[in-house]
Amino acid sequence: MKDNPSTTKLIFEKVSHSYGAVSVLQDLNLEVKAGEVVVLVGPSGCGKTTILNLLSGHIQPVSGYITREGTVRTVYQQDGLFPWLTVSENIGIGLRSIKDESQREHEMAELIELVHLDGFAHHYPHQLSGGMRQRAELARVLAGDSDILLMDEPFSALDYQARHKMRGELVRVLDKRPRTVVFVTHDIEEAAQLADRVLVLSKRPATICRELPIPTPRPRGLADDGVVEAMRLILNELGL
Amino acid sequence: MKFSTLFSKLSSVIVLFALILLWYIISLVNLFPAYAFPSPGSVLASFREEIVTGRLLNDIVASLWRVVIGFVLSAGLGIPIGLWLGQHLKGRQALLPMLNFFRFLSPLAWIPFAILWFHIGDKPAIFLIFMATFFPMALATMVAVASIPSIYFRVAQDYNYRGIELLTNVTFPAVLPQVITALRVSYGIAWVVIVAAEMVGCQDGLGYGIWEARNGLRLDSAVCYMIVIGSLGMGIDRLLAQLTKLPGVRWGYER
Repeated sequence: MKDNPSTTKLIFEKVSHSYGAVSVLQDLNLEVKAGEVVVLVGPSGCGKTTILNLLSGHIQPVSGYITREGTVRTVYQQDGLFPWLTVSENIGIGLRSIKDESQREHEMAELIELVHLDGFAHHYPHQLSGGMRQRAELARVLAGDSDILLMDEPFSALDYQARHKMRGELVRVLDKRPRTVVFVTHDIEEAAQLADRVLVLSKRPATICRELPIPTPRPRGLADDGVVEAMRLILNELGL
Repeated sequence: MKFSTLFSKLSSVIVLFALILLWYIISLVNLFPAYAFPSPGSVLASFREEIVTGRLLNDIVASLWRVVIGFVLSAGLGIPIGLWLGQHLKGRQALLPMLNFFRFLSPLAWIPFAILWFHIGDKPAIFLIFMATFFPMALATMVAVASIPSIYFRVAQDYNYRGIELLTNVTFPAVLPQVITALRVSYGIAWVVIVAAEMVGCQDGLGYGIWEARNGLRLDSAVCYMIVIGSLGMGIDRLLAQLTKLPGVRWGYER
């Protein structure tokens, strides 16, 4: 286990990307500091998911340079768990690199406790609620040697209350196991409550039209001054 | 309330008895001549006869053996080929029309070839079972693989699953529920085809039993064989249905 993301590097230098004739990103510069939580917000279809795919290495940019140091794991919107495996078997995928059996079991127990899934280790994903499934996914990406987490609207398939609760969970979990996080969302509350820094993206081709650091320490309540102010600024920037 | 739940539990048994009763009445009023419409009593008598002589058991074993061998061969080849085709677009483009062509070709069309190539015995029947089930197995597996949600492969890539590990830990479990369904459907085809195959290519087996009954104008014996064929078919499908209860495949049937 290395809960020390201080060595990660995630840098975009003049990255451009296009699908055929459609230019999605134009000369994007971006640096995510080690241990930082960066949240990307922007209008739908602006290229947020493309940025995540470039960060994870699933696609290569048309031009520009991407520096990536550290193990990258992604939390998907939904259905990222393998339905044929139980919760503990799914989390076990994240622990594949650990060869020692007893250490792996110890890690597993810790992770299940961390995401409050005690008693559900042998359940299958289809037997769990949406929130529980996302918590299992969270445990899987935190397992083993991961240090960079990419989160692609991980809570957007949940209902409002579950989403609200999951934000709190994520803050608590990251406090115990710090990671470098890039979080994509269209939920402004989520951005304001979670981010060290919010990047507001423009319409396609995406450029960063506003960088907004939020210094208020986490956990942050929805009605905290810093959060409300951040939400006002983001809304303003999106023209809403 | 209590009566209605009892009724719904027993409804299938009631239907069965009603059918037997109808059969009995029709034979009682001599709607058809007795040689063309055996009565329940004569079928029961012929059951006793076939069991005592040991012929029925011998035929059951012969048919089951052929179906199992043909079925294992076609699943053993069809599933891996389907897995491969599902992952290789070029292979799919090249082979799909051919596979589809043979799928729509009735396996009974192969009967003359089966007999000329393999003569009389187990082999032509096994060959026909194989021809009947291989193409649907391969195609169903191929379609299942080609429609695996791409997110599973992305997750697999995130966690460094490659090659054979990707196949056994991701691709195969992802299609297993559909493969089990394909097994059940193919088994149904195999069980229908074995009767026809044994009518012409064999000296024993359930299909041959019906053929012999026809030759001797012993329709009581034919009905006895029909009952065995239907019941065995149902029973084995029940067994295969147990596969759908495995914990690792339940997800495929529950959402």
